[in-house]
Amino acid sequence: MASGRERILRRRIKSVQSTKKITRAMELIAASRIVRAQQAIAAARPYVTQMRKVVADLGHDPEGQRHPLFRQPEETRRAAIVAITADRGLAGAYNSSVIRTTERLIREYESAGVDVMLVTTGKKAQSYFRYRGRAAESFIGFSERPAFGDAREVAAVVMRAFEEGEVDTVNLVYTRFLSLGSQQVTTRQLIPLLREDIESGTEDDAAEDSGGTIVYEFEPDPEEIVEKLLPSWVEAELLVALLEGAASEQAARQRAMKAATDNANDLLETLTREANNARQAEITQEISEIVGGANALAGASATSE
Amino acid sequence: MATTHVELVTPQRNLFSGEAEMVTCRTEGGDIAFLADHMPYLGVLEPCVVRIIAEGGGETRMAAHGGFVEVHHNRVTILADVAEPGDDIDLARAQRAREEAERAVAAGNDPEAEAALRRAQARVEAAGG
Repeated sequence: MASGRERILRRRIKSVQSTKKITRAMELIAASRIVRAQQAIAAARPYVTQMRKVVADLGHDPEGQRHPLFRQPEETRRAAIVAITADRGLAGAYNSSVIRTTERLIREYESAGVDVMLVTTGKKAQSYFRYRGRAAESFIGFSERPAFGDAREVAAVVMRAFEEGEVDTVNLVYTRFLSLGSQQVTTRQLIPLLREDIESGTEDDAAEDSGGTIVYEFEPDPEEIVEKLLPSWVEAELLVALLEGAASEQAARQRAMKAATDNANDLLETLTREANNARQAEITQEISEIVGGANALAGASATSE
Repeated sequence: MATTHVELVTPQRNLFSGEAEMVTCRTEGGDIAFLADHMPYLGVLEPCVVRIIAEGGGETRMAAHGGFVEVHHNRVTILADVAEPGDDIDLARAQRAREEAERAVAAGNDPEAEAALRRAQARVEAAGG
């Protein structure tokens, strides 16, 4: 019969085993979803690359350059921050890194006297900021499989705020998916367009563009085109950020769950050893009790003779 | 004959990438065709059929529902919000959708219905109807 100590250890082993089953399953699910998320990034990339090129070309056109999206504000009075997090937790530091970076950015802005308008995607950022009483425009429900339509909704909010002059600049905090093993929380200015964004889009044409300006034939008129093109660019950029966030989320979850599974394995090994030890100790004790008893009996009968 | 490089991309996928003799599509100013070495051009794409004529005359048709077309450095880039290859479109269904859209337009002055009709028309044409 198992003693108290051994029984307690066996019970813990059972519970660790069932936890391990869950973490292992989550690890495998996340691993398979990374592949899908990477495919989504690869599918969207040509569109975004081309969109960047077109916008970059537009940035070299004298008519295009006049649009407010290209103009750096003289002073920033109100800034928008778009933070991209996940709907679910158990993804290691994925959510908390983005939230921490966002908090830091908010503090920086506010200490410089700049009002902050916060836009978040994912339940994690929503609940974090709601709990702390900070108003935020929140989007939830698509963190694992963002579609173009989701990027559109977020883009509409920031574009409206920018066009109505509510904010002078829009920043994006998201996790870049560099590779399976490496993701990086990144802060980047989305609006107005940075000069380097314009330059990087035309890298491969740089030799031909040495003049710096291209004159386009526009249809309809340039203003109207720029009005339509730049919001689409913002949508495309947000789509990429959401997709990279989704892939990073799965990668982070896979890593976290793998660590949890490994840890469960270590724990099981230690616990099994302890349990065996306890059992052995109990057997040893029982034997010594029997031997001791027998010796006592033998001693008693010897003296009685 | 000289060719021009054509890319037709949507946020979901890359639909076409290659050389072509001619590309036609419709912008707000009307139908337009691009041959090799067209001057720099930037236009807003209407729902329309994009025809890509390859060297030798092979034609690829695609229904594109709005977006942009840019021409620059002998490259035609079509950025469509939504697009589908003509071969993937079920012609009978597209025709039914067009009839429905026609009825909706006839029923009232609804700009939404007119846009739907233009899209349906583009799909029917792309499917070869």
